[in-house]
Amino acid sequence: MANTLYNKHIISIPELSRDELALIVATAGELKARPNPTLLKNKVIASCFFEASTRTRLSFETAIQRLGGSVIGFPDGGNTSSGKKGETLADSVRVISSYVDGFVMRHPKEGAARLASEFSEGVPVVNGGDGANQHPTQTLLDLFSIYETQGRLDNLNIAMVGDLKYGRTVHSLTQALSKFEGNRFFYIAPDALAMPEHLLDELTAAGHPYSLHSSITDVVPELDVLYMTRVQKERFDESEYAHIKAAFILNAAMLRDAKPNMKVMHPLPRVDEITVDVDKTPHAYYFEQAENGVYAREALLALVLNEQVEGVAQ
Amino acid sequence: MSTDNKLQVEAICHGTVIDHIPAHIGFKILNLFQMHGSDQRITIGLNLPSSALGSKDLIKIENVVISEDQASQLALYAPQATVNQIEDYQVVAKLPLTLPEVIQGVFRCPNSNCIAHGEPAVDSSFRVLSEADDVKLRCKYCEKVFSREIMTERH
Ligand SMILES: [Zn+2]
Repeated sequence: MANTLYNKHIISIPELSRDELALIVATAGELKARPNPTLLKNKVIASCFFEASTRTRLSFETAIQRLGGSVIGFPDGGNTSSGKKGETLADSVRVISSYVDGFVMRHPKEGAARLASEFSEGVPVVNGGDGANQHPTQTLLDLFSIYETQGRLDNLNIAMVGDLKYGRTVHSLTQALSKFEGNRFFYIAPDALAMPEHLLDELTAAGHPYSLHSSITDVVPELDVLYMTRVQKERFDESEYAHIKAAFILNAAMLRDAKPNMKVMHPLPRVDEITVDVDKTPHAYYFEQAENGVYAREALLALVLNEQVEGVAQ
Repeated sequence: MSTDNKLQVEAICHGTVIDHIPAHIGFKILNLFQMHGSDQRITIGLNLPSSALGSKDLIKIENVVISEDQASQLALYAPQATVNQIEDYQVVAKLPLTLPEVIQGVFRCPNSNCIAHGEPAVDSSFRVLSEADDVKLRCKYCEKVFSREIMTERH
């Protein structure tokens, strides 16, 4: 397929097509197998973190440097002169994008990346997270990890566990996987943190089956992917949290009946929702998954900033 | 226009009549069209008897012709309203109340953490999502989805 991502803003998962998602995943696999230090040669990319997020920033900046590009930017917007002087985001973006070929940004407010894309004068904007809204590169690395471990992105049984109400990673992952065929979703969460109705409605409209559960072990034998997320303490009072916590913590014994191909994933950092004895099982995949973040971001930047990426079937 | 309305609210020669507005929405409609600042004569009927709605509000605005674009915004507040353009005391056109695809610059996003607040260079913008008879709006920026009621009640 042609590279339809060239010069495109990457703001939100729902607006990427199935073919575009598949192209990014294929390119990530290619770059993991055969590093290419010239894809961003002579390109300067802004890495502007208006809100600190060390892992995401380091992953982006590693990706840029491994492809031969150079980085300008800041790790924490609160300390920049524009942040202190109260400059609007629109003005900051106008100025910074006049210096660079690509603009990676993270911002604490929802919609910041979309707004930036309207003021970047055609310089492609990549959303590194906007408040509680979107974090598309997290979803791309999740998809790449699923593809890498399962060999496909369709006909999978995927469970998502934890804070499904506020967890943007599980929302985006659901939206991305629903673009492929035959995927079945299992949602495991406390009632107060259940998957939002409008996303379940979207699944129904797209013809994907799903079910809601309160226990991980009930569904383990059916799964290809078990995607864990954290239940935030702050959302509950103490006794309630103690009760909920116990039900949504994964330990090695709970994986006894898992299929051999089943992989446990987690966006990291984990707190205590996966006990360390899971790390030694063949099912643990969260550290490889984090490493894959660099390849997924390399692939995305390479595709956005090059009309053609050599070595990738297009 | 039925004769009983004519008796209760004076007929106008030239302008716009918005009828079949659900009771208590009339003031919101005036606000929506920024009519409170207008010099034109405006006649308002509140809680008028209506066979279809039980009670209704009605607005007559002299010398102002509401555009189709404005009428489509009205559709969000009062989907069953009728908008008649009047010339020489006669209805010369009935505007269709079709929902617009996008509503721009009218509502403030209810999400307080939305970037659209505090950025003077951008207008708020919502995509109208209608499924069956349910209407929702999705903010272009924060992508959050809000019900018709949340938007119109706050405004
Ligand atoms: Zn918004």
